[in-house]
Amino acid sequence: MISFSQVNKRYPGGYQALKNVSFNIAEGEMVFLTGHSGAGKSTLLKLIAAIERPNSGSVLVNNQNVGVLKERALPYLRRNLGIIFQDHKLLFDRSVYDNVMLPLQICGFDHREGAKRVRASLDKVGLLNREKSNPISLSGGEQQRLCIARAIVNRPAILLADEPTGNLDVDYAKEIMDIFKSFHQVGVTLLISTHDTNVLQDRNVRVLSLKQGELQPAMNESRLP
Amino acid sequence: MIHAFTRHFAILRSVLSRILSPPVAGILNIIVIGIALSLPTGMYVLLQNGQSMVENLSDAPQISLFLEIAAKSGDVDALRSKLNQHPDIAKIEFVPRDQALEQLKHSTGLSDVIGGLESNPLPDAFIVHPKSGEAHAMEALKIELAKLPGVDQAHLDSAWAYKLEALLKFGRIAAMILASLLSFALVAITFNTIRLQILTQREEIEVSKLIGATNAFIRRPFLYFGATQGLLGGIAAYLIISSSLLLLNHQLDSLAQLYASQFELHPLSLGDSITLLLFSMYLGWLGAWLSVARHLSRIEPG
Repeated sequence: MISFSQVNKRYPGGYQALKNVSFNIAEGEMVFLTGHSGAGKSTLLKLIAAIERPNSGSVLVNNQNVGVLKERALPYLRRNLGIIFQDHKLLFDRSVYDNVMLPLQICGFDHREGAKRVRASLDKVGLLNREKSNPISLSGGEQQRLCIARAIVNRPAILLADEPTGNLDVDYAKEIMDIFKSFHQVGVTLLISTHDTNVLQDRNVRVLSLKQGELQPAMNESRLP
Repeated sequence: MIHAFTRHFAILRSVLSRILSPPVAGILNIIVIGIALSLPTGMYVLLQNGQSMVENLSDAPQISLFLEIAAKSGDVDALRSKLNQHPDIAKIEFVPRDQALEQLKHSTGLSDVIGGLESNPLPDAFIVHPKSGEAHAMEALKIELAKLPGVDQAHLDSAWAYKLEALLKFGRIAAMILASLLSFALVAITFNTIRLQILTQREEIEVSKLIGATNAFIRRPFLYFGATQGLLGGIAAYLIISSSLLLLNHQLDSLAQLYASQFELHPLSLGDSITLLLFSMYLGWLGAWLSVARHLSRIEPG
């Protein structure tokens, strides 16, 4: 589903964010991406969504080389991805409901058709009773969940999450991990970046570990049974 | 199809609410556009009215030949046959001096004054209709006829109409220049409004791009905004011109009564009105398009 092969990414100015990174993620897998801040986790996720392009190597998503994708084709790649941003990227000039509606509007959904999906999404993350609120009135954990609702409303096959539990206390973090787990159970491919080792300890999942832009031969890398 | 329609309608509705928020700034923008458009359009309306006046008054350009008072009927006959054979003349009419005096009595209400005259002061006259209506040809013909024996004076009756027409031509060019300059201003106004909007909606544009919006999707509301603002400006211009004409006509009416004549300014025709609205809409769209093309590509999520 997602395949990196000898990917290098250097930012203008010379900073080498990723060095010779190769890995494969199969359809339906849930994979954690760990490493310290600045290890290249966000860059790796941006390469998958073609927000950044690699300097060399290939990034395949659904057998499509997104590193060389034309500008015109990008929107259609991104519609197949659900992205949960580190900084949420919610719009505070509209309600919770309208924030989740936005991806559907972009895909050309009718308001009535979209309404069902929006409510299903909000229900999934437990925000259905807040649909008329402005996102600014939500707590950090609720904003994170709203961001998840917006990412899944399109029913994407791949979900990318950048530090979804970064600023949350343990209970909220566990809640969000449970939501991801439920997506995993219905066959969504997930790639979740985190530098919180607590989240990883009690889970028997595959972990990709980045250190200064290089993929570590992870000791704890293992697959779900 | 119905989906597409309701979707576009939804965009239009949000655009309208955006134009009017804040209402004062939005309305001021529309009025500025309206004034900019109404200046050249108003000039055009006045020129059109002047044009139709000229056409009404000078449909038969003619030269009056006044003969010498002492001319005898033999001289008149000789002149008549000369004029009849002239290649540039289409038709002639002879106005004997007695008939001219009768007409003067009836048409001007000066019968008392004229009745007091001892002898008829008017000469015999020929009214000459030239074949060519061109100002140059008529001028040349006038000079030629003035030199004929027995002719005292030659008068080009519609000379003033030609002068007025030349003036109207000049006015039309001035209106064209004004129109192009102010069209440019309209494009610039829209360009700037859209630029500000793009800046304030930077976040929305960025997020939309990140979750799969095409450039066309992002561009659309801005283009609709430009076109709608232009259209509303065009409507404002139409209202400005119509109400100005109404005021002017009211004043003209009392003026015309003093001269015991009928005269009024005609408003914009239906075709011209539609052209005005479409043109202003197009200019708004163009300004928005230029602005979007220039500013949108700079917003790339990263």
